[in-house]
Amino acid sequence: MRGPALSGVFLLLAGLAAAQEIPFPERRSGRDQMAPETRAMQADDEANPGMLWVLDGADLFARAPTPGAPACAACHEAGALRGVAARYPAWDEAEARPVDLEGRINLCRTRHQGAAPLPREGRDLLALTAYIANQSRGLPIAPPADSRLDPARATGRALFERPLGQLRFSCAGCHDAHWGRHLGAAPIPQGHPNGYPLYRLEWQGLGSLQRRLRNCLAGMRAEPFAPDSPEATALALYLMQRAAPLPVETPAVRP
Amino acid sequence: MARALINMPKTAPAGSVIEIKTLISHPMETGYRPGPDGRLRPRDIITEFVCHYDGAEIFRAELSPASAANPYLTFTTLATASGTLRFTWSGDNGFSQSQDVALTVT
Ligand code: HEC
Ligand code: HEC
Repeated sequence: MRGPALSGVFLLLAGLAAAQEIPFPERRSGRDQMAPETRAMQADDEANPGMLWVLDGADLFARAPTPGAPACAACHEAGALRGVAARYPAWDEAEARPVDLEGRINLCRTRHQGAAPLPREGRDLLALTAYIANQSRGLPIAPPADSRLDPARATGRALFERPLGQLRFSCAGCHDAHWGRHLGAAPIPQGHPNGYPLYRLEWQGLGSLQRRLRNCLAGMRAEPFAPDSPEATALALYLMQRAAPLPVETPAVRP
Repeated sequence: MARALINMPKTAPAGSVIEIKTLISHPMETGYRPGPDGRLRPRDIITEFVCHYDGAEIFRAELSPASAANPYLTFTTLATASGTLRFTWSGDNGFSQSQDVALTVT
């Protein structure tokens, strides 16, 4: 987000009363607000640059991380992970906490492959995540009805609605109360996580939901949450609940 | 090797126009952007793309630092005879990559 262009709008939006959560039938993917050219790019697997990462992910999935260690494909049949991305973050028994899809992949690396976790936002983790999430493309987001996730979801919702950062601005102030309007030249989307990891033209690359949240938090002059921190996962949990039942679009394209 | 996606028909009637779409994974670093240490990142771009149809050049593009990352190029050609289309991208730091796709003309 472009800082200076935002400041006028911040003044305008500051001090808004708490916004209402968007009702089910009014939920819209960020895709719907994009220019027709960008939508066409997302829809065509030959033009969607995110597919380059999906194909890299398929290779990584089939390859042993180190000689002698099992490949992901040794334990998970190709295609068997369809639907998984639609219901993450999810509870991990052993860790006794919610983990997002990237965190889940890294747990398999450390637990089942004896390998080091892959760095967040690195090409390999993005590729594996995109490959797995792409298998859920078209499926509705379906957060698990697991009461162990409830406290984190409540935390996520509170974070979403609370003023944050130096500008005392809330996520809800933009994404619940002002979606469909513009922030400078950019249309304000409802702020759904259904396309990640996605190819952002501004990034000229694929990025995770956490990277997107860092952009919004920086625009709010707020301290970004570290990926895999309890706050980041809580926010992701609430965003998934708030987005259901929009379909998974990975790899989406966004301006 | 950089990953490239080439989409074109495998077969085409003689004399028909076919559409070819190519997408390649490349950062297209402009040479004008500072890195995390404040210094300019050195330029690293694809400078040229060429397509040969059975050895004859049918399409060429020169790319500049203003081109987006992961360049996507589409063009058309006339299906004349069964043969091989060779796609070659080349650029900075010795980057060079070729990929062949067979076309059957009926
Ligand atoms: C040795 C077997 C093994 C290997 C190798 C392995 N996994 Fe797993 N994976 C599991 C098991 C077992 C689970 C269930 C959770 C657990 O016990 O950790 C799981 C769970 C998962 C899940 C969550 C599925 C769900 O329904 O919630 C994903 C996604 C996943 N693995 C991806 C991967 C990826 C990507 C790799 C390679 C980087 C990989 N796994 C390597 C055994 C494996
Ligand atoms: C000042 C308004 C504003 C605030 C506050 C804000 N955002 Fe955003 N957000 C945007 C805009 C504008 C975009 C679209 C990005 C663009 O095109 O530049 C966006 C994009 C997003 C997206 C991506 C949607 C998609 O379709 O990919 C998500 C998710 C998101 N925001 C979540 C959040 C969260 C969570 C917060 C609070 C931590 C937040 N935003 C705070 C304006 C805001």
